[in-house]
Amino acid sequence: MSGLFRYALQRLVLTVPMILILLTVIFLILRVLPGDPVSAMLGGRPVPPEVLQSYRVKMGVDKPIPAQYVTYIGGVFRGDFGSSMRTSTPVLRELFSRFPATIELAIFGLLVAGILGFSTGIIAATRADRPIDHGIRIFHIASFAMPLFWLGLMFQVFFAVKLGWLPVAGRLGGDVAFTFQPVTGFYVLDAIIRWDGRSLADIVLHLILPALTLGVAMTGLLGRMSRASMLEVLGQDYVTTARAKGLRERLVVTRHALRNALIPIITVFGLELAVLMGGAVLTETVFSWPGIASYLMRSINARDYTAIQGSVVFIALFISVINLIVDLLYSVVDPRVRY
Amino acid sequence: MPETRETTPIRRSLLARTAGGVTRGLRGQTVLKVGLVIVIAFIVMTVVAQMWPSMNGFDPTKYRGAPRLEGPSATHWMGTDQLQRDVFTRVIAGGFASLVVAFSAVALSMIAGSILGWISGYTGGWLDRSLSLFMDAIYSFPSMILAIVLVAMFGSGLSPMIWAVGFVYIPTYFRVTRAESLQVRETTYIEAVKAIGASRTRIVLRHVAPNTVNAIMAVSSFNLADAILTVAALSFLGFGLPPPAPDWGFDIQNGQKYLQSGSWWLITFPGLMIIALSLGFGLIGEGISDLVNPKRRRKLG
Repeated sequence: MSGLFRYALQRLVLTVPMILILLTVIFLILRVLPGDPVSAMLGGRPVPPEVLQSYRVKMGVDKPIPAQYVTYIGGVFRGDFGSSMRTSTPVLRELFSRFPATIELAIFGLLVAGILGFSTGIIAATRADRPIDHGIRIFHIASFAMPLFWLGLMFQVFFAVKLGWLPVAGRLGGDVAFTFQPVTGFYVLDAIIRWDGRSLADIVLHLILPALTLGVAMTGLLGRMSRASMLEVLGQDYVTTARAKGLRERLVVTRHALRNALIPIITVFGLELAVLMGGAVLTETVFSWPGIASYLMRSINARDYTAIQGSVVFIALFISVINLIVDLLYSVVDPRVRY
Repeated sequence: MPETRETTPIRRSLLARTAGGVTRGLRGQTVLKVGLVIVIAFIVMTVVAQMWPSMNGFDPTKYRGAPRLEGPSATHWMGTDQLQRDVFTRVIAGGFASLVVAFSAVALSMIAGSILGWISGYTGGWLDRSLSLFMDAIYSFPSMILAIVLVAMFGSGLSPMIWAVGFVYIPTYFRVTRAESLQVRETTYIEAVKAIGASRTRIVLRHVAPNTVNAIMAVSSFNLADAILTVAALSFLGFGLPPPAPDWGFDIQNGQKYLQSGSWWLITFPGLMIIALSLGFGLIGEGISDLVNPKRRRKLG
């Protein structure tokens, strides 16, 4: 266990330069490019120079760029992401209050992608080169080529507008929004804690389309990897042995092959997570989902530099932490891995 | 099939070798051929639409007395939008930004990423370590979000999109070419070339770089497919061409406003075009991967 601990610590230290690089890139692009945040914030209206200057001092952009950089980096490492230039609320507080919405969406999206991706990938692999395999592969490639925001809008047109089965957008219906009291911010969990069936139904209905959008868009990636890795495992000697001893094919696949086929899929989880977070931005935009991605979009449109920086660092940190956890989980899935 | 062996000059030009490779390689490559046909059709369609915008009697940007927000009909195959424009005409011309940005951005990131990858992989040492760290940091971050943030800072339009998307994809090429260079560096023939006294530039350009071309080709096709989607998303979010210009992503955003009234045609058709084009590049990528990776050529045997 001490080996594992040391490895975790090493990895954690390694994420520091990563965050630093991203932070620097974003900081430099925001500061070095022409256009100054104060005039951008004031929308180009003619303002007396002394007012402009007072805003600059207030927002801390009157100092030279290196000084701003040091102040900012120092703040981030003390857990201070600065205050939003637009609303002057602390960026970190805003991010934390919106974080559960994004996570809830991501978890359910991943659930959809997992179920669809693994099942289709494994079906395709066990029936390789048969019509069903070709059909599934075409579905996977189509899922790759599909613009996620378009898929979301098509779902809205069909399920919300034409059929009227599901709400078009948002996290809560109008009447439930008045009575529902969140605890953790994860609404599904909150409704269960409060034992509030009516709210839970409403929350789940609102969650279906966004989760389906994000999930279906990720299915191609997961499905293709599941198929490839399952095919490889099915060709190994121990699988032949399992078959030779007369085991039913279903058991060979589920009990012997599946676990090993999962390893490479978990290995690329970092990549999937990046795709997932990128997809979340578009899903949140299409479905007016009040998560961190829609906060980022709003900050971008308002040229709220501290909020943009804060969101980027937050997302980067989140991805690093999840990657670290997944890395540590390898040893659980694959006992050959020792730290 | 009996093949007449031509008298090969000692060094055929790279172009001749590539052309020969292409015609030979295309034999039996259905996936690759379908992909190529789709992409070429889209390029031709876009060029024609740029030259004769109102070839079917409707103009993609101007009002021509068509009904407002009408569903598909015999006259307006894909319906009309809220400004009484023919959606079909707009869809035909709407791929311009996607194609220009995708090709330019991929070319940009391919050149920058590959050069850095060759140098980094071949040189090694602290340069390799710091470049790799930098590239990994960018690679681990969601490319879609980074592209949005960058284009928002660069401003909207064609060249900001090219720079933003191009920057985001640099690590993809860097990783591929670096990994290949690392392998090539250890081979005996590089040792031999070094012993002859070839300069470092010569080794990288003449011996390391050519060995990475296959990998770059396969990656770039998938990359183009992804770039089409990224550009569409950027246009959808409003960072693309300014309003009157026809653009798939922007037209979908516009259609979103009329979604509640059930105007499905405004969203559906531009989206199908994006899928078709992205699929075309994806199929080319599949085809090339089959060609360059012998392990994947199971059925050709």
